Amino acid sequence: MLIGGVLVITRKNAVHSALALIVTLLAQAAIYLMLYAPFVAGVQIILYAGGIMVLFLFVIMLVSIERTEKERQFNKQWLVGIVAAGALGGLFITVYSKGQSIFPDRALPIAEAQNTQVVGTMLYGQYMFAFEIASLLLLVAIIGAVVMAKKRI
Amino acid sequence: MTDPNTLSPPSLETHVAAHDDTFLDTNELVINMGPQHPATHGVLRVILRLDGEKVLGLECVIGYLHRGVEKIAENRTYTMFNPYVDRMDYVAAVSNGLGYCEAVEKLLSVEAPPRAQYVRVILTELNRITSHQLWLGTHALDIGAITPLFYTFRDREEVLKIFEKYCGARLTTHAFRIGGLQYETYNGFEQEVKNFLNFFRPKIDEYEELLTTNRIWVERTRKVGVISGEDCIALGVTGPVLRASGVKWDIRKAQPYANYKNFDFEIPTGQNGDTYDRYLVRMAEMRQSVRIIQQAVEGIPEGPIMAKVPKVMKPPVGEVYHSIEAPKGELGYFIVSDGSTQPYRVRVRPPSFVNLQALDMMCRGQLVADVIAVIGTLDIVLGEVDR
Amino acid sequence: MGQIIQYIQSYLRTKDLTPGAAGNVFWALVYIMLVFAGLSVAVIAMNWLERKILAHMQVRLGPMRVGPHGLLQPIADALKLLLKEDIIPAEADALVFWVAPFIVVLAAFTVFVVVPFGPTHAITDMNIGILFMLGVSSLSVLGIVTAGWASNSHYPLIGALRSSAQMVSYEVAMGLAVVSAILMTSLNAEGTGTLSMIGIVQAQQAQAEWFIFKFFPLGLVAFAIFAIAMVAETNRAPFDLPEAESELTAGFHTEYSGFRWSLFFLAEYSAMIAVSSIAVTLWLGGWLRPFPALHGPSITIAHVWPPADPTAPTGALDFVLALFPGLTFLFLAGMCFYSTVRMPKHPFFRIQTIGLAGFGAALALIGLILFWPPVRDRVGDIYWFSAKVAAFMYLYIWYRGTFPRYRFDQLMKVGWKILLPIGLGVLILTATVALLQTIWHL
Repeated sequence: MLIGGVLVITRKNAVHSALALIVTLLAQAAIYLMLYAPFVAGVQIILYAGGIMVLFLFVIMLVSIERTEKERQFNKQWLVGIVAAGALGGLFITVYSKGQSIFPDRALPIAEAQNTQVVGTMLYGQYMFAFEIASLLLLVAIIGAVVMAKKRI
Repeated sequence: MTDPNTLSPPSLETHVAAHDDTFLDTNELVINMGPQHPATHGVLRVILRLDGEKVLGLECVIGYLHRGVEKIAENRTYTMFNPYVDRMDYVAAVSNGLGYCEAVEKLLSVEAPPRAQYVRVILTELNRITSHQLWLGTHALDIGAITPLFYTFRDREEVLKIFEKYCGARLTTHAFRIGGLQYETYNGFEQEVKNFLNFFRPKIDEYEELLTTNRIWVERTRKVGVISGEDCIALGVTGPVLRASGVKWDIRKAQPYANYKNFDFEIPTGQNGDTYDRYLVRMAEMRQSVRIIQQAVEGIPEGPIMAKVPKVMKPPVGEVYHSIEAPKGELGYFIVSDGSTQPYRVRVRPPSFVNLQALDMMCRGQLVADVIAVIGTLDIVLGEVDR
Repeated sequence: MGQIIQYIQSYLRTKDLTPGAAGNVFWALVYIMLVFAGLSVAVIAMNWLERKILAHMQVRLGPMRVGPHGLLQPIADALKLLLKEDIIPAEADALVFWVAPFIVVLAAFTVFVVVPFGPTHAITDMNIGILFMLGVSSLSVLGIVTAGWASNSHYPLIGALRSSAQMVSYEVAMGLAVVSAILMTSLNAEGTGTLSMIGIVQAQQAQAEWFIFKFFPLGLVAFAIFAIAMVAETNRAPFDLPEAESELTAGFHTEYSGFRWSLFFLAEYSAMIAVSSIAVTLWLGGWLRPFPALHGPSITIAHVWPPADPTAPTGALDFVLALFPGLTFLFLAGMCFYSTVRMPKHPFFRIQTIGLAGFGAALALIGLILFWPPVRDRVGDIYWFSAKVAAFMYLYIWYRGTFPRYRFDQLMKVGWKILLPIGLGVLILTATVALLQTIWHL
């Protein structure tokens, strides 16, 4: 996953970056599997790697890339970048070391085979409202995209 | 040459905006369906001006098959030119021969004897069937139905066998002579023609079963390439294209030749002028041809097959225009004679050439995939377009 | 050494687990090899079958020269493709050009990890089996897009984008149809369904009917939606506009020649078999024989029936249907012998005649082995599954010979405006009927 992430930001060619991003997302699906969350892993592959990345690639391929290849790969303000990355890293380390009690230290007592059922029950039971709001948000985004791209309604 | 930028929009309600106001850049694309393309039925070059997928206009570039046939005619005697006319519409060679022979007969003021005329009608209608069969196979192939091609070509073989037995050739038959026929019908000609008719009648039903009610076929051909009757008449389009737009005009009925008066048949017409109607009209025409052949083969009179025509033909000075209903439309011959053995001018009015002009109007506002369907439905043969 | 043998034999003693579930790496590898080999044979057979069946539908004969009745034609094709010059277009990105067929083949073959040929005859049984299959088959879209782009040419790129747009659109309809089938798996005593492929077939076995007949006509409509969507998903006729020859935009694999093209073609047939496997598992009862609940009267034939396993059913219908695998191979052998007799007697054909007779003899031998009780009892599941998938392959070829092509906008219209609403409707109705059944019949 780390290699994939590094490749994403270092490749000049946008399509190479997109392919590296796909590798990163697949690695993330594997991490989900290791956390005993097979449903989320499966959905990650279907939606992220198989849907969203396809759309990324569509856009990258339809927009001319000769222009972007000539641009500088890295920003001139590398000092500010290092400071920001260092601050973020420090934040992560602080949270990890001080907040050990928040993170679970063993797998949840739900059998892995029941993972899909549990996710479904919680999604449609406890988090029903958030689920509906999220789908409405997606609907608004779709309609907005169609309105912007369509010539005549 | 028509310039796609300047033609006015056709009489359809699909108004194609020349300039749109969104901030997304839509550029017009000019692409070339080159002379070599699996679907242009010969060497036809079509330059398309597209807006995304929609066709804004197109221009046909022809002439890749031009052989100077009309110029050659000025240096051949009338009899010597007869084989050349087969090579124009090489799919329906018999019709070409019929038109030319009748035109010269008109110039010479002779008429072929009745027996010759009956046999001419039989062979010409058989050729109409084979021409429509070839059209059906290739048109279906362009739209994606790959099987009817093999069925139609298998059934065409029976007719080509009859042609071969009669005049020795399958494609460029040179079947007729000025004044009648050269060859007497062979033994068993009538029986073989009747066998073919019995063999063929269920075959038309077979072709229709594959396509006519097939939802995908209907969706690909309905409302595709619409042209109205008035536009057809204005452009000079004839043949099944004209009849599918609702105009009931068939030269076999309007200005009968080769004693078509003696036969009882109908003229199928369509209503909408789209590709589906042209398909239905051509299928119905095949059935009517079967009807004509049935009547002709049952009533072939006895008699001579050749009229009294001089060996060295020197028609009187004058000009004649004679047109027949070829499978593709009105095929006309305009022959000017200056009294010598060679014509002064032979001008051929090929139906495909005139029909091809309608391609621009029929394709405006359609999608790119429909252009191929429309080229197929016009049933053009480049040999005829270019001569 | 003894430990290795112990390890190998430990799996054979477990009863109800696939190698993956049992954690036995050796047997999992063996199964992987078997599935891979079987798939390769199936793809080769599909190549020959497609050309022959399509030809016969078109009043032609198809390949007849290479081997008797063209049986060696796929091998000739494979040799030709391997020996062709490997052309990479100039200015094309060599890495991406190389990677693209690799992605497609990878996606197409990985899917078979969860395909169940029997209750324990799968490489593994993930509890998200169907989700995994749908996800990995959607990865092949990426391969197609990169293939089109890597060709560095305008037309393949447009063809690739169209092809992938089509595949993504029909994945939605496929997903809805799949969900309504999954709904039906939850109609059991515990009230929980399952996403695992083997679990789905076992649910059909427990409910004693194939899901295609359940809640008639809802199962049938869902199956029909999936059947249409799967043809569009694999870019086959009548949805093959992006790769048709007589259209303006050439397909995404235009610039690929030789071995690379054969990889795409391999992946296409594997994808066809994969989605057919999904359809068979979800609606047609997977490895279950027809009429899984009917057994007929119990009969006994000396030394032949009932089978050795005491838990296996012993009815007359079971016996008749257990003979089917052997009978199928004997039938095929009979066709071979019939064709051998009708071969021309010219000495030129001697080798082909002998070859065909040998092939027929091999098929007959396999058929006879399949009658032998120890083999007969174990092979039934695999046979029924393969027979159903083979029926789907025939349907694919039949569609290709019969239907004209959809135009691209009509294709998208069918996917979004027809299949999607019907799929939603079927899903809602299935859920309602299932809920009513649970409430009233408990």
